[in-house]
Formats: sequence, C-alpha cells, structure tokens
Amino acid sequence: MRPAVRIDGVSHAFGQGGERLLALHDVSLELRKAEFACLVGASGSGKSTLLNLVARLDPPTTGEIETFGSRTALLFQEAALFPWLTAADNVELPMRMRHVAADKRREEARQLLSAVGLADFEASRPHELSGGMKQRVALARALAQDAAILLMDEPFGALDAITRDLLHDELERIWLERNLTILFVTHNAREAVRLGDRVLVFSSRPGRVADEFRIDLPRPRRLESPEVARLAGLVGDRLREEVLTRGH
Amino acid sequence: MATEPLRMPAYGAGELSVLDKLETTPRPARRFPLQVWRGAWPRLAAVAIALAVWQAVVLSGWRPDYLLPGPVPVLRRLAADLTQPVFYGAMAITLERALWGFGLAIALGSVVGAVVARNRVLRAAVGSLITGLQSMPSIAWFPLAILLFGLTEGAIGFVVLLGAAPAIANGLISGFDQIPPLLIRSGRAMGASRFQLFRHVLLPASLPAFIGGLKQGWAFAWRSLMAGELLVIISNHPSLGVRLQLARETADAEGLLAAMVVVLAIGMAVEILFSSVDGTVRRRRGLA
Repeated sequence: MRPAVRIDGVSHAFGQGGERLLALHDVSLELRKAEFACLVGASGSGKSTLLNLVARLDPPTTGEIETFGSRTALLFQEAALFPWLTAADNVELPMRMRHVAADKRREEARQLLSAVGLADFEASRPHELSGGMKQRVALARALAQDAAILLMDEPFGALDAITRDLLHDELERIWLERNLTILFVTHNAREAVRLGDRVLVFSSRPGRVADEFRIDLPRPRRLESPEVARLAGLVGDRLREEVLTRGH
Repeated sequence: MATEPLRMPAYGAGELSVLDKLETTPRPARRFPLQVWRGAWPRLAAVAIALAVWQAVVLSGWRPDYLLPGPVPVLRRLAADLTQPVFYGAMAITLERALWGFGLAIALGSVVGAVVARNRVLRAAVGSLITGLQSMPSIAWFPLAILLFGLTEGAIGFVVLLGAAPAIANGLISGFDQIPPLLIRSGRAMGASRFQLFRHVLLPASLPAFIGGLKQGWAFAWRSLMAGELLVIISNHPSLGVRLQLARETADAEGLLAAMVVVLAIGMAVEILFSSVDGTVRRRRGLA
C-alpha cells in the first residue's frame, strides 16, 4: 500500500561555507496512512526542521519528500492565531484561502470549533482565551485546511499537565474520527508513547532517525499507566544514549 | 493499532469545558456614559488649564489688550465668526485641501511603504531616504513648490503630500517589520499564495503601526497646509490661512486668535478620531 508520507534520503543544511550547519542527515522515513507517529529527540536535533520540510515551508537541500498530493497542516508550540480575527474567523481563514463559499465555511468553522469543544467561544478573540483553548482553536484551524496529514511541533509543550492530558484524549479522538496521518514532534518520551503507534528516536547534529519503537498498547491509553511508563523508560534510555554519544 | 471504535473516558469534553470556564474571565460590562466621561475629563481639564494660563498672561499686562486679547473676547468673537457664511467658506477651502493632500499622501505613502517593506534592495536603497524626508521641515519645500507650480493649489497640495507621505510610508514599513515571523510561517503553512499572505496576514498584522503612521502623517499634513496657506495666497480662495494673514495685516488680534482656535480644534478633532480608531484596533487584539 502506498504510504501517506515518504521522506527519502533527506539532508538539510543551514547557512553557507564554513558556517554551514548540517541539521538533517540522510533521513528516510515512511508514514502509513492514518498512522500516528511521534518523533522524539533532544532540542536542536532537527525535528522541527524536518516538519518544516514536510510542510513545504522550505525545500530540502537534498533528498525528496512526497505526500502524494495530500495537503499538510502544521501546528506550532504556540498557537500562532491571528490576533485580529475571532476564533471562528481564524478557523475560516484557510477555507477562505481555498475559496470555499462564505456560508459553507461559516458552518464548517462552527462544526470544527464544537469538535474541539469551543462552540461557545466563536466570537472570542485569541487574547481572551487560555493557552489550551488557543491551541484547540489552532487545531480546529489546522483541520479546516482539510489536510490528510497533520504535522505537530511540540503543540502541547507550553501547556499545564491537566490541560495537556485532556488534549491528548481530544487529539486521539479527532485523529481516529478523521483518519488523519499525524507526525508529532515532542521531547517528552511519555507523551510520545501515550500517543504514537510508532515512536521514532531522533539523534542530534546532524538529525537522523536512530531507532524506532512500535507501540502496540491498546487505546485509549493513559499517561500514568504502568505500560506507558515502562515503554517511555525504554525510549528515554535510548534517547539519553543518543545524547551522550553525540553530545560532543 | 486502532481499528475498533474507542470508548473515551467519560470526563473528556465535560472536564475541558469546565476548565475553559475557569480560564476565561468574563468581560466587565462597560457603561457607555462612564466611558465617555473617562476619556473626556482629562482633555477638558487640559483645556481649562490652558485657558487659565492664557487669561493669567493677559491679566499680567505683558502686552496690551488689543495685541493679546483674553479668552473671553476671543471666544465671543469666534462665536460671532461662526455665524458668518464667509468663515465656513474659508474652513471648507482649507478642509478640502487637507482632504486632497492627505488622501493623496495616504495613497502614495501606502504604496511606497508596502513596496519598500517587501523588497530588500529597495529597502536598503530608499529606507533611510524616507526617514530623512520625514524629518525635513515641510516649509523648506515651498520655494521649490512655487517655482514648479506657481502660486496655485498644486503648490500647496505638493507640499502637503510630501509632508505626510513619508510618515505614512514609514508607519507601514515599521508595521511590516514588527510582524512576528511565526504568524507569517503560520500563513504560509496553511497554503497562502503570495497575494493571500499579503492580504490576510501582512496587511492586517501591520494595521496598528499603519494607523500610527496615519496619525503622524496627519500632523505633518496639517502643519504643511497651514504653512502653505500663509505663503501661497491665491486670490478668491479665502482659506483659514488667508484669514490668519489678513487678521495680522489689519491688526485684528481677536480675529487672528479666533482663527487659530479653529485651526487647533480641527487638528485635534482629527487626531482624536485616529486615536479612537487606534484604541479600538488595539483593544480587539489585546494590545491595550
């Protein structure tokens, strides 16, 4: 079966000449359709760079990325909502850009906001919402892009533990309902095991996939469950090993 | 693998919405008259103080009454002037010039600002020139303007345009500079074309700074216009500037000051208009 995303021999460098920094080296990776893959690595390991390349914000220096005609949506650690638009208008914007008719996109935005539990906050401006709520509006806006592939760059990294826990449930539900393919970047091994079908351990300088873990735990999972903790321990050990051998 | 339907724990959405309620504070209802009063009283107090200082200077006897009349005779004169159609004619001519010149300055300043802000080479080439033009006293343009256009409306318009446009362009440029890069990346990641990025992200993001530029541009335009109306006097075009000049020539101090009050009032009224738009925009974005 054709994968949803194929990353083939991708290397990426920043800067030029002597100052050149190799951020990614020969990364090859395939995501199945409707797979939830988590990418864990130390900060500065090039995880975000990889997401930006898959989102086509930059072209890779070498190698190829193929999404087989599917759109991608990218979520950042900060919600990056447009402060001059209401929650509903933020969600509508990607549809406006695709020239969806006004009444249709209004209806769709309403549905997406209630899908993330924010039906009552359509008219709120971003500054009136909490961090977790903003991130959910951003999720609704990403879903409004009608993208089969969701790229998430530590989206819950700045949230408190309770909110993050609840958003994990929410994301899992939306992922299943919509058959999304998700590439989720985090530096938290436990979060990766909680969410992922597969956890990819990323090494630093240059970034590449060092190891991968298949997570066959039944869903819904809980962050505190002993199985999640045990697997997260294994992933964490592997991560530490990478950091220690590559750290200097 | 998740192939069978999931039963999510019962708390889920309910718990989230409880959190949402805890995390948002209801907006305090604003009482309209109270709000108006809160904005108005400092201004009224300032006017009162200014009038008192003026009256004090007059009472000190520093200059005789016929050269420096106090606020009471001047305001009485103003009230009388305001019943005369001629006065409104003068105001209309001045306002029409302001509207034309400032309107053109907005058009030119916006286009130049947008083009320069988005083009690195142009930015390096003319960025500092625009700032230089902004600090150039507009009255220095008049000799050239009169050479080029003669004593015509064109000369006045030219100087008003050159006075206001650089401030407006600079406002837009600094607006573009202050856009958080994350918002631009967010727009690009949702598949915006170059034009869509400009229309839906860059322009609205730079709006507060652009309004700041308009405000400053207006101040420059109004100043240039007054200078112009004193220097370029066109017969049968009785503007506010002409009234000022005539009042001086006929030693009509009350008429002179009455006209000055009007000049000040118009300048302030437009400034207040821009400030209130500015305040609304900022409040909406949580900046104020």
